[in-house]
Amino acid sequence: MAAGPMKMRATLGSGYTDVRVLMTHPMETGLRKDADGKVVPAHFIQTLTVKVNGKTVVEGEISQAVSRNPVFSFRVKGGAKGDKVEVSWVDTEGETNKTEAAVA
Amino acid sequence: MDPLRRKTLLAAAAALLLRPFAALAAWNKEAFGAKSAADALKTLGIASPAPSKDIVIEAPQIAENGAVVPIEIQSNIPGTTVLTVVIEKNPFPLNSRFTFREGALPFVKLNVKMGETSAVRVIAQAGARSYTASQEIKVTIGGCGG
Repeated sequence: MAAGPMKMRATLGSGYTDVRVLMTHPMETGLRKDADGKVVPAHFIQTLTVKVNGKTVVEGEISQAVSRNPVFSFRVKGGAKGDKVEVSWVDTEGETNKTEAAVA
Repeated sequence: MDPLRRKTLLAAAAALLLRPFAALAAWNKEAFGAKSAADALKTLGIASPAPSKDIVIEAPQIAENGAVVPIEIQSNIPGTTVLTVVIEKNPFPLNSRFTFREGALPFVKLNVKMGETSAVRVIAQAGARSYTASQEIKVTIGGCGG
């Protein structure tokens, strides 16, 4: 399975903005073997960045032990409808993806 | 070589050399490659964090499927800027590390893989101090191998 699209929802909570993001990624550990007994090489997201209106609010470093198709929730103080949220990631192959959404 | 070209080349070389320092979110290869929780924390410069009840871990007591274990962590310690998740018995214990700035709350929810029953430890860093809390999660089917 290759890396694929992302989905994101940013909603106003009580006093904070709730950011939920889904990334499509195999998150191969490098420890798993395929049907022929061959080790599947490691391939996983290593860093992710959450930005609100262009400012970095969260930086994450993750390992191969984050589940396949990672889902994250983050919370940012305050916020208003229409604020622009952007989430991006970079994996072990240097592949990258990003998605944008307005706070609803 | 004319001086201008030389200058440009030097600037380009300097930019290349400085790049690793500019990338703050660089992946800590040594810490993520550590085979024990103690080594991972040592590499991250976290020494004997104080136990704290102000770190809240919401996770199941028993996870049927080790491939997807939902955990939600939050620090109520003022000034928390970094949360680190360590799964003590995983092959590579350091699981994830989040840095919060510009109004982000020290909160994150994610799904992790667990190879076997283990303590899940969270370390919160606030200024120069670090705090920790942990929860044992029982795993019925491991999620790290085949």
